[in-house]
Formats: sequence, C-alpha cells, structure tokens
Amino acid sequence: MTVFGYRLPGMSSLIVWGLLWEIVGQMGLTFFIPPLSEVIATLFAVIGTAAFQKALAETAYAFSAGVFFAITIGIPVGILMGKNRLLDELLLPWVNVFLSAPLTALVPVLMVLFGFGMKSIVITTTLFGIWIIILNARAGVKQINRSLVEMAHSFGASPWNAFTKIYLWAALPEILGGVRIGIIRAVKGVIIGQLLISIVGFGALFELYSANFLMAHFWAVLIVLFALAFTIAEFLAYLERRVAYYAAKR
Amino acid sequence: MVPESAVSTRNISKNYGDVEALRNLSLEFPRGQLTSLLGPSGCGKTTLLKIIAGLLQPSSGEVEVNGHTVTGPGPDRAFVFQDFALLPWASVIRNVAFGLEMRGVAKSEREAIAERYIREVGLAGFEHAYPHELSGGMRQRVGLARALSVDAQVLLMDEPFSAVDEQTRRKFQEDLLGLVQNEKKTFIFVTHSIEEAVYVSDQIAILLPRPSRVSEIIRPSGFRDKGADNIRRDPEYLDIVDQIWASLRSYVE
Ligand SMILES: Nc1ncnc2c1ncn2[C@@H]1O[C@H](COP(=O)(O)OP(=O)(O)OP(=O)(O)O)[C@@H](O)[C@H]1O
Ligand SMILES: [Mg+2]
Repeated sequence: MTVFGYRLPGMSSLIVWGLLWEIVGQMGLTFFIPPLSEVIATLFAVIGTAAFQKALAETAYAFSAGVFFAITIGIPVGILMGKNRLLDELLLPWVNVFLSAPLTALVPVLMVLFGFGMKSIVITTTLFGIWIIILNARAGVKQINRSLVEMAHSFGASPWNAFTKIYLWAALPEILGGVRIGIIRAVKGVIIGQLLISIVGFGALFELYSANFLMAHFWAVLIVLFALAFTIAEFLAYLERRVAYYAAKR
Repeated sequence: MVPESAVSTRNISKNYGDVEALRNLSLEFPRGQLTSLLGPSGCGKTTLLKIIAGLLQPSSGEVEVNGHTVTGPGPDRAFVFQDFALLPWASVIRNVAFGLEMRGVAKSEREAIAERYIREVGLAGFEHAYPHELSGGMRQRVGLARALSVDAQVLLMDEPFSAVDEQTRRKFQEDLLGLVQNEKKTFIFVTHSIEEAVYVSDQIAILLPRPSRVSEIIRPSGFRDKGADNIRRDPEYLDIVDQIWASLRSYVE
C-alpha cells in the first residue's frame, strides 16, 4: 500500500489498530481493555519472570512433543492410507469424524484417562493436529503420478525406497500444507488443553491473571502466544513455497 | 537365419475391464537386434511393452526373457517411458542416476556413470538443472539416459524420440544403430514413424488396431550395411516404407 507516495511496509495497518487500542484503553471504558502501552510495558516485565518462563518452557515442551507425535504418526499413516485400499476403508471414516469433532469435549475424558498433567496436554495437542496431517498426506499420495511409481518399480525400487524416494517427495507439497494447518491447530490444542487442565503452563498463568483481574498481564501473554503461533505458521508457509516449484508439475 | 530370441511373448491377451487391448499376441524378439512395434494409436503398444517389463500382468499368456518367465520387473530390462516419468524434485543427474541408485551403486560411481550418459544424449551442462527447466525433448533425453545407464540387456523404448527435434532425432537414430551394433543388446522400440521404424529396425512388427495382434512382420535386410547416409536413398528402404504405409493406410481411412 502507498500513502502520499510512500510505500508502507507490510502490516503497517497494525499501527492503526494499535493506536485505536491505546485510545480506547486511555479512555478507561472498561477494565477489560487497558492501554496498549501498559500492556507492552507489562509484557516486558512479565517475560522476565520465572512464572512466565516456566509456563513458556512447559508449553514449548507440550507443543513440541504433541506436534512431534502428530507428524511422525500422521504422515506415515496418511501415506499408508493413500497406498492401501483396505487400510483406507478402515481408517478414513474415523479420520473424518475426528477432523470435524469438537475435540475440546474430549479433553475431560483424556484427563480421566491420563491424569491432570503434561501427558494429557501432549495428547490433546497431538489430537488437534494429527487428523488434517493424515488427510493431507493421504491426498498427496492419491494424486501421485502413476507413471513415477511404475518407473521406480521398473528400476527395482524396494518398498522402502519407493516410500522414501517417491511417495514422500511426490506428496510433499500436500504433506507440508497439512503440517502447517496441523500445527496451527496444535497451537489451539496446547492452549485449550492447558486452559482446561489449568495447573500447568499458561493455563495456570491465565487462571492466576483472570482470578486477580490482571488484564494487562493477560493481554501481554496473549500477544506473546499470538506472535509465536503466527511466526510458526509463516515459517511453514515459507517451507511450502520452497517446494511449490514442482507442486504443479508432478 | 533367425537368431535365438532374447524375449518371447506367447499368446498374450490383455483386457482392461471391457476394453480388449491385446488378443493372443505372439512375437519373438531376436537377441542383439532391434524390433519395432508399429501400429495405430491406442492399439496396445505401450501395454505390450509394460507386460514385457513386468509392470503389467497379462490376462493370459506368458513372456519369457532369456529363457525365464517374467513375473515382475528385473535388472535385465530397462524402460524408456512415453511420458518420461522424471522426478520433478530431482536434478537431471539424480534422475539419470536413479536406476543405479535403486541398484545400490555408490553415489560417486553412479554420478560418474550418469554424467557420461548425460553427455552422450547431448545434455552436458544441464546436470544440475531440474526437469521443469528443460524442454520436452530435453526431458525425453533424460529418460533415455536413465535407461541406458543401468546397462540392461533388453531396452524397452516407448516412443523415445517423439519429442526431440528432427536433427536430434536423426542423430539419435544413427546413435541407436551404433548402439545395436556395438552393445549386443536387444531393443524393443515403439514408434509412430514408419520411416524411423524402417531406418532403425532389424524387424518390424505391424500391429492391428484393438484387439491387437501382429498382422505382419517385416525384416529389412538388404540396406543394413550401406551406411547411414545411403540407407534413406536405398530402393529397398523406400519400398518397405511404401509397403507399410499401404497396409496401415486401410486403418486410417
Ligand atoms: N490403465 C488402463 N485402463 C483402461 N484402459 C486402458 C489402460 N491403459 C490403456 N488402456 C486402453 O488400452 C488400449 C491400448 O493402450 P496403449 O496405451 O497400450 O496404446 P498405445 O498403442 O501405446 O497407444 P499410443 O500410440 O497412443 O501411445 C487403449 O485403447 C487404451 O484405452
Ligand atoms: Mg503408447
């Protein structure tokens, strides 16, 4: 966008929204919205605290573990479903059910099964992310050019070679797309899990802030989380663009 | 005298659901010679080639390669695909080396071999280009180099020169003649061009439209050793071209 002949850098509109927030906050309309300047000041104060760093570390751990399982289980399962008709028939209905199911409702059940700790949060995160990863890996394999498979077969590729040298690469653009959406969902999963279980990580922190009406703290942590989630999503979108050169030509 | 066969197909039939592609097709492919399959589009040439490659199972009948019944692909055969079948995410050199990679040849060795064949098909300098950066004819040559590099006894070539320009095509036809002479390999060659078939073949099998059988086998012989330039002017060459044209024409009209 250009204003008065100047080219504005991307996301300049955020400045406008920030100003609006500041004004609304300064007017003191509601305790719920403190001025942005106060939120940012709190943000820097909060980032240094042990409580915040512990929450961040716990969340990062739960998130990485959850995403790790979602990816390492999701991609092979999706590829196998795409290759094997029987497996596909068996699993596809479940994948579709879980993809659209309100998973939040499952979290209490998970707590009963796996306790009120980290384990349940990791599983929640995995459950949020895995279904779209499976479905996309499956779709990627389904659209694979038959002739590449025949080519590999004709040169004597072992099943393992066909998997790692053909299927994985041919499906990579779809797989990365799935992983990106899966990770965005996993961010939701890890936060929702923590909020519902609320004795670890940001769940505990949010509980503390809202119980004490510390709105600036609340917003500060929220901004940090949003920024992290956005950065991760953008990084994955960048990876996806790297393979786009062959996505259209398989 | 007909030399022994490297490949024999016996009573091959192939149905795709209701479509009967091949019916009772039997054909011998003499060792060390080039046999062309010539026939109208959709008559089942690719199907026959893939059955010989072990990529497709015939509905009935059997294929023997060097005396062994074919049950699947094997290192004794290499395939040049009609649609090239290149890996779009891999560079030219990795594509050409792919067959060797599948056979467990070490990286440095297979790249050295691949480089040689890349040069041979005239793509030197493009080793690290990607397929989408190449023209159709260049891609086709990558597929050709890949099949040549695995040093198989039987080469199955599905219209390998269809996308290259006329000059390159003529050069390749001559190279192919040299290859047949020097390498003692058996070539099975699908083409739409009558002139090309007559020029490069020791034996031409003319296939009927679906369901396909062999209608005629022609063995050009007289002009084989007259040299590349003279063959195209040889009266026998021209006669055979006319004769094939006459028998194929009835299906076109
Ligand atoms: N996978 C398939 N499923 C159904 N029918 C098929 C399949 N492959 C080929 N056919 C049919 O079998 C027939 C022979 O096909 P094939 O590809 O062998 O022909 P071709 O002689 O190679 O033709 P062209 O010269 O155009 O390449 C065609 O009529 C085609 O419709
Ligand atoms: Mg064909």
